Amino acid sequence: MAWEQNLVCFNTLDSDEPHTLETYENLDGYKAWRKILAGKMSAAEVIDEVKASGLRGRGGAGFPTGLKWSFMPKTDVQKYLVCNSDESEPGTCHDREVLRHNPHALIEGMAIAGYAMGATVGYNYIRGEFIDEPVPRFEAAVKEAYDAGLLGKNIQGSGIDFDLHTFVGAGAYICGEETALLESLEGKQGKPRFKPPFPAHFGLYGQPTTINNTQSLASVPMIMNKGAAWFAGLGPEHSGGTALFSVSGHIEKPGNYELPMGIPFKDLLEICGGMLGGRQLKAVVPGGSSCKVLPGEIIMNLKMDYTSLQEAGSSFGTGAVMVMDETTCMVKVLRRISRFYMAESCGQCTPCREGTGWLYRMLTRITEGHGEQDDLDKLLDVANKIDGHTICALGDAAAWPVQSFLAHFMHEFEYMIANKGRSIVDGATDVAA
Amino acid sequence: MNDVVVLSDHVKDEIEHWKARFPEDRQRSAVIGALHAVQHENEGYLTAEQMNAVAEYLDLPTIQVYEVATFYSMFQTKAVGRHNVAICTNVSCMLRGADDIVDHVEKKLGIKLGESSSDGRIYLKREEECLAACCGAPMMMVDHKYYENLTESQVDHILDGLD
Repeated sequence: MAWEQNLVCFNTLDSDEPHTLETYENLDGYKAWRKILAGKMSAAEVIDEVKASGLRGRGGAGFPTGLKWSFMPKTDVQKYLVCNSDESEPGTCHDREVLRHNPHALIEGMAIAGYAMGATVGYNYIRGEFIDEPVPRFEAAVKEAYDAGLLGKNIQGSGIDFDLHTFVGAGAYICGEETALLESLEGKQGKPRFKPPFPAHFGLYGQPTTINNTQSLASVPMIMNKGAAWFAGLGPEHSGGTALFSVSGHIEKPGNYELPMGIPFKDLLEICGGMLGGRQLKAVVPGGSSCKVLPGEIIMNLKMDYTSLQEAGSSFGTGAVMVMDETTCMVKVLRRISRFYMAESCGQCTPCREGTGWLYRMLTRITEGHGEQDDLDKLLDVANKIDGHTICALGDAAAWPVQSFLAHFMHEFEYMIANKGRSIVDGATDVAA
Repeated sequence: MNDVVVLSDHVKDEIEHWKARFPEDRQRSAVIGALHAVQHENEGYLTAEQMNAVAEYLDLPTIQVYEVATFYSMFQTKAVGRHNVAICTNVSCMLRGADDIVDHVEKKLGIKLGESSSDGRIYLKREEECLAACCGAPMMMVDHKYYENLTESQVDHILDGLD
């Protein structure tokens, strides 16, 4: 089956200058925003349309976007919209493409979202490492939008205000957690807040705030233009729209692909040119390193949507698909993942701060040939003691890879311990090496 | 007491530019932007005197600036080489040979991750986490610029071109 690409967030990507206002407007860009400015759509209608579209938060949690918007109070106080462009989930690199190649879709999506919730100021929090290219590209687009009279106060005499500012982070995975992001935006360390209160009631500077992911917001203009039913119909039930898949690892053509939700994994793999060098598929982490790993034989029969991946014991996450072939040592991969969570734990919660270090050190001991059989029980014990016992989901994200790698690839861990650090992928020969 | 550092006009302009984006009395939000500007001008790291000057300029307790400078991985609070080289070694890059790139660079420069070359030219950043360019793995960031689909000879070319 042929799958149509670039239907929503990447629809400018086939143009010569995909990031310009001219390109965007030639593709019906700002049509929805102009309709709103002309007074032809109420805030409630916008929220209903987003709800009906089935759009779910693309940052990893998959929470229904329209429902999130409806949590904002209707009172006449200063409200904020914040876009989370702190793209840092390992394996994920598609928001960078939206910022570089379709920034106006994000700007229009933010303006529409701000209007829908009565937020007159928006911040786009972009990760610090994007300072050289995506940040200036986005800021140039914001300037274009201001110059065209599409942002600001009393825009085109509509009585609608929306000011949009860029914020640049400075390197911290945890700031992708929405309340850590707010702390960072306030100029503090990025340490997640206790919830409740949720940001819709106590957000940036204590004011009602909604935080949405880049891709979620960039999808909104197309939903307005083509309708909720069109968007919902692109994917299966409960997984409306398209997804931006960042496919990396052992495939012939790594890349960011925008495809309908629910595409079978085997079709996605084919679009990516198949396995690198024609080797065998071993495993896939389907949605960024926080998602549970799935063996190749399981994912080859799955569709890439929220429900299918959840039923298989993993999750859709950010759509970051990390593909591993038969030469991959799963022990070494898990050790690398565990190092990440140790390095990025903010240190507030003891189970995460201490536990992530334990996991990494035990896995290092195993790869260095000093592992013992009961280390595997200890790994699982530590992971289980982090899971569900922390303020934010980073703790769970540190635990899930450990639980799932052990569940599916226990024999590789046992082999390495029994063979004093030699990986199962290095085979039974050259013992002396 | 340490020497008092005066912020340059350029840095002050940058800080004002950031402050203007936030409500009045929310100048603390400008700390990250201010530190980026100061570190850039100081060739890659922050001194205590500079952090104190930022705190004074923004009318904040110095601890609030130190907290930020030490929390975020892009800020260096000890002297490092003037070119920041960060090689991603997270899973996507690891699967495409990042560890070999790190070995190659460590041998070439004669330093380990987290160290600077003795001529002060290059700081090889501590083991780097995902920089969101996974489909161009292996990749590295040199002074904020991304280089993707690296080979050892490309890495040599890039590093040799740093002054």
